Amino acid sequence: MNPFEIVRFALRGLLANKMRSALTMLGILIGVSAVIMLVAVGEGASRSIQQNIQRLGANTLTVSPSFAGGGGGGARGGGDAGPRTQARRLTLDDARALTDRTLAPSVKSVSPVVTAPSATAAYGAASHAIAQFVGTYPSYFEAVNKPVDQGTYFFNDDVQAARKVVVIGRTVAEALFGSADPVGERISVSGVPFTVVGVLKETGSTGTQDADDVAIAPLPAVQQSLSGFGPLNQIVVQATGADTTTAAQAEVTAVLDQRHGVTGGAADYRILNQATLQETVSQATGTFTVLLAAVAAISLLVGGIGITNIMLVTVTERTREIGIRKAIGASRGAILGQFLLEATLLSLAGGVAGVLLAFAGTRFSVAGIQPVLVPSSVVLALGVSVGIGLFFGSYPADRAAKLRPIQALRHE
Amino acid sequence: MTVPVLRVRDLVKEYGEGDAKVRALRGVSLDVHKGDYVAIMGASGSGKSTLMNILGCLDIPTSGSYQIDGADVGRLNEHQLALLRNRRVGFVFQSFNLIPRMSALANVELPLVYGGVRQAERRARALAALEQVGLAERVHHEPNQLSGGQQQRVAVARALVTAPALLLADEPTGNLDTASTDDVLRILDGLSAAGRTIVLITHEDDVAAHAKRVVRLVDGQIVEDRRQAPPDGPPPRLAEAAR
Ligand SMILES: Nc1ncnc2c1ncn2[C@@H]1O[C@H](COP(=O)(O)OP(=O)(O)OP(=O)(O)O)[C@@H](O)[C@H]1O
Ligand SMILES: [Mg+2]
Repeated sequence: MNPFEIVRFALRGLLANKMRSALTMLGILIGVSAVIMLVAVGEGASRSIQQNIQRLGANTLTVSPSFAGGGGGGARGGGDAGPRTQARRLTLDDARALTDRTLAPSVKSVSPVVTAPSATAAYGAASHAIAQFVGTYPSYFEAVNKPVDQGTYFFNDDVQAARKVVVIGRTVAEALFGSADPVGERISVSGVPFTVVGVLKETGSTGTQDADDVAIAPLPAVQQSLSGFGPLNQIVVQATGADTTTAAQAEVTAVLDQRHGVTGGAADYRILNQATLQETVSQATGTFTVLLAAVAAISLLVGGIGITNIMLVTVTERTREIGIRKAIGASRGAILGQFLLEATLLSLAGGVAGVLLAFAGTRFSVAGIQPVLVPSSVVLALGVSVGIGLFFGSYPADRAAKLRPIQALRHE
Repeated sequence: MTVPVLRVRDLVKEYGEGDAKVRALRGVSLDVHKGDYVAIMGASGSGKSTLMNILGCLDIPTSGSYQIDGADVGRLNEHQLALLRNRRVGFVFQSFNLIPRMSALANVELPLVYGGVRQAERRARALAALEQVGLAERVHHEPNQLSGGQQQRVAVARALVTAPALLLADEPTGNLDTASTDDVLRILDGLSAAGRTIVLITHEDDVAAHAKRVVRLVDGQIVEDRRQAPPDGPPPRLAEAAR
């Protein structure tokens, strides 16, 4: 018998009981769309976190001082680590040492960074407390990925001459100048006059921190007027490429260990590697996505059990019909095919509707996260839903096909 | 003589277990040759339907052998049995056994669908069969829109549509009025004259008079086997009419 006829019989069987078929499909629909949407939300979350990390700059290592060497870590490592020779701060000399091409070949640029503790900028009557007032070198702009939108950066000349010029973030520009062009204007930062040479491109806020509430000026200018000539807050090191960040980290460690006289494990500085951070975070979000998918998979399974249930009811209800069909020559394969196809069509239709729902659903952002459809999750969810139809439908269908005609005909 | 179309030997059928055991057939042996027209008679509960279900390959006997055209039915597999039911045997049930929510036409087409006949030919043959039983105007009615007699005629059409060599009918006229009964019997006489082998169950002597041979069952055993006309000639009523 022609497979097309089996499809026709299966469709007819499903349409004979529209409400029941629709409700069963709903179970699969919810399962499939939940899988796709939750995976998409997980993927969206992971992408947005990755983007935030990337926004911090590409291939960079951030060296910052660490005073926790003798603390919690030491207590566990067999009593006192011994009286440490005083932890050294990061200095400009440290930064200069890192620019050594032979000792640190993987380092592209080194930007020493000081941040002024509290800096209030004023222009005319307007004033604004800048969240982050940074003194550094021009290489910083590239290293931390802060391109200029209006005006220019400052240059090495400006650093050498300790010129009081500043590049401000969008938030600062708006607070002080509104819609006017700030380039060329003079602002006063905690009483010290600075000339605005540029405005940074807007990056948007990352979580609670406003990445645009920032001002960047030449290192010596900030030291002279605001922070004093103390230690550095950070050294931002940019590696020559994505594949050399690990090498660069090793080189930086070697240079600093030597300069700071670090021998054991307890260094007095910390290196934050963008690449490792990214890896760690993506692992964490991966776990999170798997968790979401597992929850969704359970609802898919429940939908599958719904199909078994309905198919069992259908088979029982239509036992007489099965008997008649067998009596007039329906083969076991034809009966099996019809009921199996009914179950598969149910789950496939539910699955396709679920995919459509998921396509629509993932266009809305959830709690600030824009879901990202993962094609493999669509394929998987559809595949699983068809599989469920075949798997959960096979028991009732097999039971129907095995009946002897007379047994089925006598069924009440 | 040639190999019989049906050969049954020592057929026993028991239902139930222990105290509740019922012996519906107690050793039935019967040969039916090609072209014969057999009426099985007997009191209610004598095992007629039980025998018929086994002959139609719908049920299996407790013991005994059954051959169709010399082939042992007990040895056939599921697939071969399905083919046999589809191609060789047409079965008319005591209760009509039409599939609900399917038009008369669709019901009659169904055996052809399982037999793999193509759509256009199927439609034509089903319509012809319905015409033959006088239901040409009712082809699109569903079973619950038909009278009992009409339903039985649809069932007869369904059994006829595959042109089976062997037609088995369990009280085909039980629910029909005299006019429809005559219609159905005329159809059966025609089929018999055309060489088809027919076995039917009936309670009515008028119906049995159409058969070439009458077999009487009592308590699951054959007590009488009377021939009314030779198996290769026309059925007695047609022969009378021709005279
Ligand atoms: N499925 C069954 N389970 C138990 N006993 C059965 C079953 N089918 C039939 N019987 C018994 O077998 C015997 C023969 O039944 P069968 O249906 O063959 O009678 P019948 O000759 O067709 O009667 P009727 O003329 O009323 O149709 C009866 O005693 C009946 O009770
Ligand atoms: Mg009976």
